[in-house]
Amino acid sequence: MKQFYGTSLSSPLMLGTALYPSPAILADAFVKSGASVATVSVRREAAGDAAGDAFFQLIRKLGVHILPNTAGCHTASEAITTAQMARELFETDWIKLEVIGHADSLQPDPFQLVDAARTLCAEGFKVFPYMTEDLILADRLLDAGCDVLMPWGAPIGTGLGLVNLYGLRALRAAYPDVPMVIDAGLGVPSQAAQALEIGFDAILLNTAVAKAGNPAVMAEAFAKACEAGYLGRYADPMEPRDMAAPSTPVLGKAFLE
Amino acid sequence: MNISVNGEAMTVHTKTLGDILDELGYKGQRVATAVNAQFVSSATRKDTQLSEGDALEIVTPRQGG
Repeated sequence: MKQFYGTSLSSPLMLGTALYPSPAILADAFVKSGASVATVSVRREAAGDAAGDAFFQLIRKLGVHILPNTAGCHTASEAITTAQMARELFETDWIKLEVIGHADSLQPDPFQLVDAARTLCAEGFKVFPYMTEDLILADRLLDAGCDVLMPWGAPIGTGLGLVNLYGLRALRAAYPDVPMVIDAGLGVPSQAAQALEIGFDAILLNTAVAKAGNPAVMAEAFAKACEAGYLGRYADPMEPRDMAAPSTPVLGKAFLE
Repeated sequence: MNISVNGEAMTVHTKTLGDILDELGYKGQRVATAVNAQFVSSATRKDTQLSEGDALEIVTPRQGG
């Protein structure tokens, strides 16, 4: 598996920490998923509220890499300040850079995203940019200093899977050596397997596990799908073809007419 | 001094960010801060003076996707 900013991950599964019915179910889902990375956020806290520290202790106990996000930010400056606060709180240079440009689709704003990425990379952040599958955007983000790209599969929380398979394949083919994570839009394990089969290096999901009827079992299902997809890719899949080709030998068939 | 703290108007009687956090009851909490949308590191809070009308944001770790 490719390294992410020099870090080898034990699993291609990155898992969000939001929307679980309880902290205990969150922790159980992480154990079952075998996830190597947990995404987290920063939010306002009132004086005397211990929720932030309690959550931080819970995440540290999971023993995974922490990837803070800039979720909810709509401008580069807002995302930069959020990233700076997250770096101090979580003691990591990793940042999942989200700069939202469209309220309904939560589609990232590519212009603000590149501006924020350039500043954060210059400040030593290891930026994981949440992006569309646009080739030019990928080029600009790499120029800005990103060593990892995170194209969406589908809009956040939709569970639609890889809606632009052509675009994602083109992105993967254009930058074969860049570590890439499919971030957002996955709903069921087969979509995770598909992402890895077509050459992506990791997947990041949250809602599909957290909002499943049984999050722990769904986490395990995604873990197995990741393993299947990764092995399928590693095993060098056959090329699809339009015409049928018999798998059973024709030679030697009994003549029975 | 009247400032905004996480979007709410408040009156504080101290001036440095470090003292204001203590006055507001954040002592010992794991928080990060920004004043007027600019990050202020924990190391520089004691030297950061706030002014009338400043907007202070105080954040902490939370669940995220």
